[in-house]
Amino acid sequence: MSDRLEIRKTFKLVINGAFPRSESGRSYEVQSAQGGFWANAAQASRKDLRDAVVAARAAQGKWWSATAYNRGQILYRWAEMAEERRDELAEHVRASEGVSRDAAQATVSAAIDRIVWYAGWTDKITQVLGGANPVAGPFFNFSLPTPSGVVVVFAPQDDSLLGFVECVLAPLAVGNTVVAVTSTTRPTPAMVLAEMTETSDFPAGVVNVLSGFVDELAPHAATHGDVDGLDLSGVDEGADELARLAAGTIKRVYRPRPLEGDPLRRLRSFVETSTVWHTIGQ
Amino acid sequence: MVHAALVDSLNTVSSSLLRPTSESERLASSSARVASEAELRSLIRGLGGVDAVGVEARSAKLATRSLKKASKVAAIDLAISMVDLTTLEGADTPGRVRSLCTKAMYPDASDPTTPSVAAVCVYPDLVAHARFVLGSSPVAVASVATAFPSGRASLQVKLLDVAEAVAAGADEIDMVIDRGAFLSGRWGQVFDEIVAVKAACGSAHLKVILETGELVTYDNIRAASWIAMLAGADFIKTSTGKVTVNATLPTALVMLEAVRDFSELTAQRVGVKVAGGIRSTKDALKYLVVVNETAGSAWLHPDAFRFGASSLLNDLLMQRRKQRTGAYIRPDELSGD
Repeated sequence: MSDRLEIRKTFKLVINGAFPRSESGRSYEVQSAQGGFWANAAQASRKDLRDAVVAARAAQGKWWSATAYNRGQILYRWAEMAEERRDELAEHVRASEGVSRDAAQATVSAAIDRIVWYAGWTDKITQVLGGANPVAGPFFNFSLPTPSGVVVVFAPQDDSLLGFVECVLAPLAVGNTVVAVTSTTRPTPAMVLAEMTETSDFPAGVVNVLSGFVDELAPHAATHGDVDGLDLSGVDEGADELARLAAGTIKRVYRPRPLEGDPLRRLRSFVETSTVWHTIGQ
Repeated sequence: MVHAALVDSLNTVSSSLLRPTSESERLASSSARVASEAELRSLIRGLGGVDAVGVEARSAKLATRSLKKASKVAAIDLAISMVDLTTLEGADTPGRVRSLCTKAMYPDASDPTTPSVAAVCVYPDLVAHARFVLGSSPVAVASVATAFPSGRASLQVKLLDVAEAVAAGADEIDMVIDRGAFLSGRWGQVFDEIVAVKAACGSAHLKVILETGELVTYDNIRAASWIAMLAGADFIKTSTGKVTVNATLPTALVMLEAVRDFSELTAQRVGVKVAGGIRSTKDALKYLVVVNETAGSAWLHPDAFRFGASSLLNDLLMQRRKQRTGAYIRPDELSGD
């Protein structure tokens, strides 16, 4: 019996359907909750963020012009892929969050179910957020929810998988493309899930996932003129300043509330309303 | 073969290229430098072959250079001033050309320190519209001519094409060479045609498009560069932008080596224009590095190096604003084509 050489994986970024290392060449060590070495992750730079935004912008038209039904199918496919690799996901959740195997499996189940839940919303959100408006004239008047565009997400720092799923799926389901920055200290569950976008039939650039440091990336995301929405769930300090910077380019900003009672708030956060008039009859 | 008048018989031209002597002075002084196709051929054969692997390795190496901070700011402004803002579509209209010309003069209306571009490049029938808008501004009017982009027409038709563009007010003429003649070995015909077009240009500058994507080998690109320069080109240009393969860094490197060698022999600075497929600031800066490292800093000037492009300008302006304000802008904050 020979001692097999250990093969260690370095997690890379997901940008435009490809797996690049950081443009800067940097990586950082990720520790498990117990404190030992767990993995190496790429440390995304400002330029990686810029490249990801360019990719997301290019993909947005394609993602939104696909039918809502088709978007739902693709999101559901992501859940199928995750189900198949659930043990791997659970192992990463266990190591990252320091929970028991059972608790990790339960988190993975909840995350996959949440993906399916959002997949179902793709062709229902229009009915809920949109409507026919009564007008005094021979016209139909409809209000329709349309996506904001490109949303940069800073996923929660502690809740490394389920939190990531919540933040990323909501903007995707309503037709936005996403650049997501994972938890800094616990990036691997989200990166494993991100790898599965490759086999889920997503058009390249719809989901871009970066691992790295919030302080380094967030100010650039907040001031970037081609970013339409900013989810600050994973920003602990400085969120006020980032929201102020984001106002410079009139971005929609999502900030978590302590006791959120509205399950649709995330879906509602990155949509615009477009109103259409149409003559009645003939 | 009919050729332009020969001032002196240059029997040993090829050896003079390898060893610059008084012979090279004669090359510089004569307006028409070769007597016959055979001489042209022997002259160009004397240059030797291009090391294709070496050229590609060299250009790939130079492409890894990175410009930062003040050099980047300066390079972006330089690149903007080198742009030939181009629209060569069947759907072009006078209105589109007018807005293009306004953009050429004031590329970024929010920042008056932005340099204007070098020229606008249009089809001959739209030259008059461009001239009207640009008036006496420093932005030149360039026009493609000679049955662009294929070059498949008789010499009379090509010369008329040029004459009309010049009469309408073009400062620069972008002609295409006859690739059919070049590839079938009729170099003398290519040479004569360039000489004739140069004469028809009058005071307008002549850019000769080699269409490197159709020339296949680096040896051909070097040969075509020399034919164009010997025939009196003010610029040699890579491509029309209408074929699959457009400007590439190695191609530009070969052409820049040609203008450098020509300048060493004749003391004439022939410019290089790269066109087609250059869309990002990053690409443009790579070309500037290759220009500086191959031909030298004398070519870092709009009179000696140009980018034929349309979408490149907006990317340069975006990067310029990024350098100034620290934040990226939405692409749609800049005017479209």
